[in-house]
Amino acid sequence: MDIQDLATDIPSQGEHTVEGIDFITSGEQYLTFLLAQEQYAVDILCVEEIRSWEQPTKIPNSPGYIKGVINMRGVIVPIVDLRLKFSIGEASYHDTTVVIVLTYQTDESSRTIGFVVDAVSDVLNVEATEILSSPAFGGSIQPHFIEGLINVGKNVVTLLHVESLQQVEKHATNS
Amino acid sequence: MSVDLSQFIPSFLEESFEGLELMEASLLNLEAGDHETIHSIFRAAHSIKGGAGTFGFDSVTEFTHLVETLLDEMRDGRREVDPKDVEILLNSVDCMRILIEAARDKADYDKDKVTENTHQLEETLANVLSGEVTADIQDPDDAQNSSKKTYHIIFIPNHDLAKPGNDPLFLFGALADLGELTTEALTKELPALSDICPQELYLSWHLTLISDSSLEEVKEIFEWVEDECELTITQSEASNIVAEPEIETTAAPSEENTEIVTEKPVEIEEANTPPVKEQLPEVAKEQIKSKTKGKGDVGSIRVGVDKVDNLINLVGELVITQSMLSELGSDFQMDKIDRLNSGLEQLLQNTKELQESVMRIRMLPISFAFNRFPRLVHDLANKTGKAMELIIKGEQTELDKTVMEQIGDPLVHLVRNAADHGIENADVRVANGKPEMGTISLDAYHQGGNIVIEISDDGAGINRDKVFSKAVEKGIIDPNSTLTDPQVFDLLFEPGFSTADEVTDISGRGVGMDVVKRNIQALGGRIQVESTMGEGSCFKVNLPLTLAILDGQLVKVGSETYIIPLISIVESLQVDDGLVNRVSGDMALYRLRDENVPILPVYQLFGLSTEHTKINNALLVVVEADGQKVGLMVDHLLAQQQVVIKSLKENYQQVIGISGATILGDGSVAMILDIPGMIQMAMGHAQQKRHLSHHHDTEQPTNGIKELH
Repeated sequence: MDIQDLATDIPSQGEHTVEGIDFITSGEQYLTFLLAQEQYAVDILCVEEIRSWEQPTKIPNSPGYIKGVINMRGVIVPIVDLRLKFSIGEASYHDTTVVIVLTYQTDESSRTIGFVVDAVSDVLNVEATEILSSPAFGGSIQPHFIEGLINVGKNVVTLLHVESLQQVEKHATNS
Repeated sequence: MSVDLSQFIPSFLEESFEGLELMEASLLNLEAGDHETIHSIFRAAHSIKGGAGTFGFDSVTEFTHLVETLLDEMRDGRREVDPKDVEILLNSVDCMRILIEAARDKADYDKDKVTENTHQLEETLANVLSGEVTADIQDPDDAQNSSKKTYHIIFIPNHDLAKPGNDPLFLFGALADLGELTTEALTKELPALSDICPQELYLSWHLTLISDSSLEEVKEIFEWVEDECELTITQSEASNIVAEPEIETTAAPSEENTEIVTEKPVEIEEANTPPVKEQLPEVAKEQIKSKTKGKGDVGSIRVGVDKVDNLINLVGELVITQSMLSELGSDFQMDKIDRLNSGLEQLLQNTKELQESVMRIRMLPISFAFNRFPRLVHDLANKTGKAMELIIKGEQTELDKTVMEQIGDPLVHLVRNAADHGIENADVRVANGKPEMGTISLDAYHQGGNIVIEISDDGAGINRDKVFSKAVEKGIIDPNSTLTDPQVFDLLFEPGFSTADEVTDISGRGVGMDVVKRNIQALGGRIQVESTMGEGSCFKVNLPLTLAILDGQLVKVGSETYIIPLISIVESLQVDDGLVNRVSGDMALYRLRDENVPILPVYQLFGLSTEHTKINNALLVVVEADGQKVGLMVDHLLAQQQVVIKSLKENYQQVIGISGATILGDGSVAMILDIPGMIQMAMGHAQQKRHLSHHHDTEQPTNGIKELH
């Protein structure tokens, strides 16, 4: 398709503004997704892409929550099943099972890892002040993975700490 | 106008190192009366001095100035080329290298060495002053030079002369130093005031210089600007008028050409990223290494234009094929299947060629690694007092840049050993009926997908019995063991092994051969020794051409496909049950001719589930690493193919037993097995089995859930 055609298409779509969605926002945007019935969120700037589930190649002697690696356009990307890592729900794979590929960049390096979740749900606009600290009780998720909680309507979304998620634990061959 | 000069520093450094290498190579070949060579050495030193001055590397400038002065005297014939001076100059090259590296890293350098060398240079220079008188009388040229001459110089600079930082005033100042200077500015090109661009230079000059300097010296002042101006220097009084620009244009390039042809044909032009760190003292070298690493390893490669052109052509062909295929695809009918097939074939061809060309970009002639050896052998010959020469063959053999960088040090070590332990003293050689001059030869050639580098000498050879008894003494082997010659020679690579009776400062500390072997193995290579007593030894280093692509054997275990590097495979066979022995607590050994090879079932090692768990009739791929053979038990053997190695570490971590991953033709990922890692892993397993024999069944396949603590 010609780029010019696209250019004429865009405004005609944009004229019908969707009510209730703030296009111009302040604060940060977060992608929310589901694990079992619980809602979680990650910083949307870290999201590389959202893929459908495909069977990865196993890494020998890796922990169970690491499903293996996939080929993402020539890059070898490990796949972590968040449900297994957090022990939430059951790790079943359907048509709706998706993989959120996150890239976390530090000064020297960047690391790309895919995370298996049940479904992707929404994009949230959240001010920094809206992020609440998580109670110290905690569930099955280790506290360092959690950056805070966000109240969305009646629901509470757990905001995950991408940097911690991206840490790969050294796995011993025999644990 | 201020220009950020720092952006030019990297290219200055690169050029300087190239210049140093050129100086070094030329000095080694320098013979008395060889003016061309002296000229090229002088020019190299001069450019380094000039560049260093521009960037404010004062230590480099000052030191190089001394070197330059000495060279200048040689150039003018005021001084004979004396081997002693050449030695000093060679040392000076080292010092310049140290200084430039220090300037680059803003670090300290070995001040003693530089000071010592400075003294030597000054001493030599002082010597000449006394000798100069005689030289002057002998040399008719110089006698002529000493009389006053008048030079008429017409200097018409280009308008942008000032942009690179040149200032005519400096030139005139320098000329005025030579003698009496009269300047006359010609303003006829000066535009109207409104048209003047403040950065441009519109003036030209007519200069008259009365001086006793030679034409060369006058010319030299304009050396930096000669490309950016029209320059005519005429010399009167001596009655022979020299049309300067002609000499400049004809003389300079031809010199350069011949020099390139005689010294080292392609490598200067092609790509010279000089790996010049090796002559430094050990400590300094390490420092620099860590520093360059810290800067983020962004090496650059200079690529020949022909290679790039070739690549562009291939991409052109690829585009044509693509458009043909997409046209075919837009309106496809079954009767066009032949055209589709031929199109796909063409695509395959294009891709293959493109792959080869891209890989070739990373390939450099091995002369980069070999270049340093003439100097090294020269120094070693001086140090040991043994007469020896170096013969280099196959320096055009191409090798991957990464491999090249890492093979340098091991090669240096092997050459040192050859010079120190291999070559005997001249009297011993003569007594044994050998030519007085020892020969070390370096040879590189391709063999299959590998490159072989041979370091051989015609020296004493390795004393088998001495090695054997030494190994017994060090407790490496049992005194009663019987070993074949290759096995004995392999002992040389054991840590802490040295047979030299006395430790010299060149080699013999026994820290090294094991490191050499480890380095070569880290590159996926092998090293072998052949030696005949009294006739010499030969070290054969076998390296993969590139680290990015690997020849692999695809095997299937359970549902997974793995790749075994072809270089580590000894053979593949089907297990004959009669040859399997179970020994020492359920370890399966396979009798391969007269060797017992432990069988490692890959499915067990990697915790996979498969139907092929019986050793009987199983497929065994016998692989070798670190001299240890093991048989990997796999389900099926698939194809052999070249695979591109991708790192697992980039997004994940190093996995024991896996050296990397690759992407197969169908887009899926396959793991590349790391044979030494797997052997270690198996050893670990066996140990654990011994310690926690009741626990070992808790090992689970990877799809089982394992929580980490």
